[in-house]
Amino acid sequence: MLRSYDIIIVGGGHAGCEAAMACGNLGMNVLLITHDMDRIAQMSCNPAIGGIAKGQIVREIDSLGGYMGIVTDFSSIQFRMLNRSKGPAMWSPRSQCDRILFSRKWRTILESNSNISFWQDSVEDLIIRDKSVHGVITKTGIEFFAKKVILTTGTFLNGLMHIGSVQIEGGRISEPASKGLSDKLQSLGFNVGRMKTGTPVRVDGRSVDFSQMEEQAGEDSFYKFSYLPDSGTTLNQRSCYITYTNSDVHSVINKGLSSSPMYDGTIQSTGPRYCPSIETKIVTFPDKSLHQLYLEPEGESTVEYYLNGFSSSLPSEIQFEALRLVPGLQNAKFFRAGYAIEYDYLDPQQLYHTLQSKLLNNLYLAGQINGTTGYEEAAAQGLIAGINASLNLKDQKLFKLDRDEAYIGVLIDDLVTKGVDEPYRMFTSRAEYRILLRQDDADVRLTPRGYSIGLVNKERYSLLQEKIRYRDEIINLINNISIKPEQVNPYLKSVNSSSLKQGVKLSSIVTRPHIKLKELGDIVEELDRFYSTIPGERFEEIIESAEILIKYSGYITRERKIADKLHRLENIYIKDKFDYSNIHTISTEGRQKLALIKPETIGQASRISGVSPADINVLLVLLGR
Amino acid sequence: MITNDTICAISTAPGSAAIALIRITGSKAYDICNNIFLPANKKKELQKEPANSLIFGTIKDKESKRDIDEVILSLFRAPHSFTGEDIIEIACHGAPFIQNEIVNLLIKNGARLAQPGEFTQRAFINGKMDLSQAEAVADLIASQSESSRKVAFQQMKGGISSELLTLREKLLWFISMVELELDFSEEDVEFADRNELQNLVAEIKEHLDRLVNSFTLGNAIKHGIPVAIVGHTNAGKSTLLNTLLNEEKAIVSEIHGTTRDAIEDVINIEGVTFRFIDTAGIRETTDKIENLGIKLTYDKIKKAQIVLLLADVNDPDNKIQEAISQVSEKIDFKNQQLIVVINKSDLLTKEKIEKRFSTPAYKELKEKVSAIITVSAKYHNNINLLIEELLKTVNLNAINQNEVIVTNARHYEALSNALESIIRVEEGLENEISGDFLAQDIREVLHYLGSITGQISTDEILGNIFKNFCIGK
Repeated sequence: MLRSYDIIIVGGGHAGCEAAMACGNLGMNVLLITHDMDRIAQMSCNPAIGGIAKGQIVREIDSLGGYMGIVTDFSSIQFRMLNRSKGPAMWSPRSQCDRILFSRKWRTILESNSNISFWQDSVEDLIIRDKSVHGVITKTGIEFFAKKVILTTGTFLNGLMHIGSVQIEGGRISEPASKGLSDKLQSLGFNVGRMKTGTPVRVDGRSVDFSQMEEQAGEDSFYKFSYLPDSGTTLNQRSCYITYTNSDVHSVINKGLSSSPMYDGTIQSTGPRYCPSIETKIVTFPDKSLHQLYLEPEGESTVEYYLNGFSSSLPSEIQFEALRLVPGLQNAKFFRAGYAIEYDYLDPQQLYHTLQSKLLNNLYLAGQINGTTGYEEAAAQGLIAGINASLNLKDQKLFKLDRDEAYIGVLIDDLVTKGVDEPYRMFTSRAEYRILLRQDDADVRLTPRGYSIGLVNKERYSLLQEKIRYRDEIINLINNISIKPEQVNPYLKSVNSSSLKQGVKLSSIVTRPHIKLKELGDIVEELDRFYSTIPGERFEEIIESAEILIKYSGYITRERKIADKLHRLENIYIKDKFDYSNIHTISTEGRQKLALIKPETIGQASRISGVSPADINVLLVLLGR
Repeated sequence: MITNDTICAISTAPGSAAIALIRITGSKAYDICNNIFLPANKKKELQKEPANSLIFGTIKDKESKRDIDEVILSLFRAPHSFTGEDIIEIACHGAPFIQNEIVNLLIKNGARLAQPGEFTQRAFINGKMDLSQAEAVADLIASQSESSRKVAFQQMKGGISSELLTLREKLLWFISMVELELDFSEEDVEFADRNELQNLVAEIKEHLDRLVNSFTLGNAIKHGIPVAIVGHTNAGKSTLLNTLLNEEKAIVSEIHGTTRDAIEDVINIEGVTFRFIDTAGIRETTDKIENLGIKLTYDKIKKAQIVLLLADVNDPDNKIQEAISQVSEKIDFKNQQLIVVINKSDLLTKEKIEKRFSTPAYKELKEKVSAIITVSAKYHNNINLLIEELLKTVNLNAINQNEVIVTNARHYEALSNALESIIRVEEGLENEISGDFLAQDIREVLHYLGSITGQISTDEILGNIFKNFCIGK
């Protein structure tokens, strides 16, 4: 057995899988250590990928040559483009996935990469010499050596589950926790914190009366996650179902609060505010008479449903008693109870933007271990850690995405700059330049970056260039073709848009609401002729990307201008220029934060919480600006 | 740049005076002064004296054993001082050579001569004031009238910063409601009532509008309110100006503008500075040169905040009325005042004047202009009415009630941009555009306001959302 690798990845979740593929594709000799080969890329919580802001992240991962988009498309049993009624910055793809097929597809992809080896075991310790990591030691006592180690241990570090007063050690139900590693890291100076998250009950669909619920079916559209034309699903599509709690449900839960570990003081760690347990919702917002619940199918053919909205750590009999008062669930049978889980995370402010540790050389951290939540956030970090570990071994420049370039850039900059005080989930409002980070143009933003480091192959890159060529020519035609009133007025009338009195350039009517670029092809022959040259399977995607650029150019240009202006601050490098402990003119908190985070630029410094605008002005004055 | 050294400077105006003030600030201020100062009371020690106290003694050059001057030191200690560092103010006698000698002694003992504005810069660096306050210190020092002093003082005390803070709270609430609809549209939350948003945006707009508009006043207070005088040469312009001057015992000076061809008379009336600008008048003519003069007159009218149309009781009614109509056409009554002054009222009896200027034609004109006043500049009749009218144009209440007035061009620009963005938000709400575009405009507002004082971070927006709404399916 080979004992020495370029890169060892600890953990086979969403972060670990993307990291392994990135390293493997960049030519590294990789060992992926996971404690259970049958649970590769497991969806521990709800069986869905994407959603608002998260969907954009998946598109970005795909654009950089990652795999989450392809795997999601393959296992999709329902697709929706959320927020379609809002501006294009808000359009967010979301898929329900077959949990088992998702995991199986990932394993197939990993196994098809000859650079990746596997070992089923649990990592207990790191081999450290001279402030550098040189390998890992497993539970079975084997030492593996590597030039780089990427830790993607998820919720497994000292994981502790709560169901009422029952406590079970583990990272997921029936899976053992990873002990020892976090104590070791703490002794090396890592700030270890504790977080809490939860997951709801799983329901037996055969016992549910769906007629008392509202059905939510997927949509039939060209949208999907991957930009690759041959990515997609052949699975049967399934619906979700919506139902609501009521005051009877609430009184059962209120009655059980005294035995909730959340409210009897057992659980002290911070849970996410945006994903509260049902008991937290009822306690915090007592005026709300009902809460929405959402049944998500777990697979193409399984009867198991995930009950979104009812995450809980109450004793299981109270969970079940309360749920049987919910319309449609009167006779419900359950596969398992919901539970809360507490786990250790490491302060991400002790990381560089490359996700390399500031404390130990050659150690990278990605995923939930950094205090994030969500498959998408984890996968994005795995990808960036994998890329940077590999590039570093190849003596290439580090890979960093800016905040106006990708949600992934926002994610990592937030983590290393601001740290986390609750499980970090991406929201579009976290991005300053939302309209520049749309799901329709992640490929335009990022595929060239992926290509330049060798992660994106020639084929994907040519597809992008082809798309840009078609898109620009459409914009060119729209800007130059003139149209006569008699030609277009019937169409304008049909979409309730005011008629033309004289001929105009097409561009002046495209900016009106309800006018579709695609439909203009039916009335303008020259446009139609060009449309027919675009490959059919990419037609909708290409035409929509042109349409967005024309319709929203005003907003996009204005945002770009502000982003460029603020970029100035990103180019003022301050790393190693100050001894912060001696700048007494900065507040104590600001000084401590600056010393801890060691920001690269003034821009980054300005985003540190506790560093005030006045502190930034002090730095600028000291720099002589 | 070094900021931990100790700096000193003469803080009073150059030249001879009864007393002068020399200031020294920095961590070594006490050590340095101790080297050159002997307390009159031998029991006292400079280093041990309490903060915010005075100490009397002698400045002594220990090397040459020479007494320089008897002085009083005012003692301040970090962080409770203007700069946030230790400060000593030396009040000495005002002869320039004494001042220089003391400064030289301070430098010899380790202080450095301060650069212009360095005391304020230290205060800024030490967090004693924000950017807008620091800017106000400069204005305060340069203020030339009571009203401009009040405005600058108000700003230095943090007036604009606290005003913006209020505005920011409102914007934060607004954007939270909009963001809620965007990031949590899939959650079971109730979204903001559009009417409520509209009311809120109207409120924010009004607030910004007031701040932006206050700049005209603020600027006028800072630089003087421009008053254009239109009238023929015999109407008694110079008598009127002299009368105003005597009435107020104020300073009149002549400013020869480098780019201006007109002479301005600056008169300070009840603490407000007015700049009287003479014009060539507006008589219709075919004369080319005179036509050019008329064009210049109109330019000046455009730039003025008040236009004084001066006529003579000897002028026939149709001529006066025509002049009023002509000038009215050039005036933007929303932002400018037109005061018609009819001079030489002493030539007619009171009854005659009353009768003459209450005809329907004049009544109609009175509705249009700010006021028609008959005065006698020569005999000081009704001059108080004219002064009242002039002061009316300045919102003295705003100044006296310490309302925030924007005087700084940088602030004005940022506020104008913010106002423009908030108008887009208002239009967007009317046209029911998607919340992400509204949010973009609101973020721009916050960005511009942030450039004046501080910034808003996305964490605050999310924090506000989670605090107030039940999120999570």
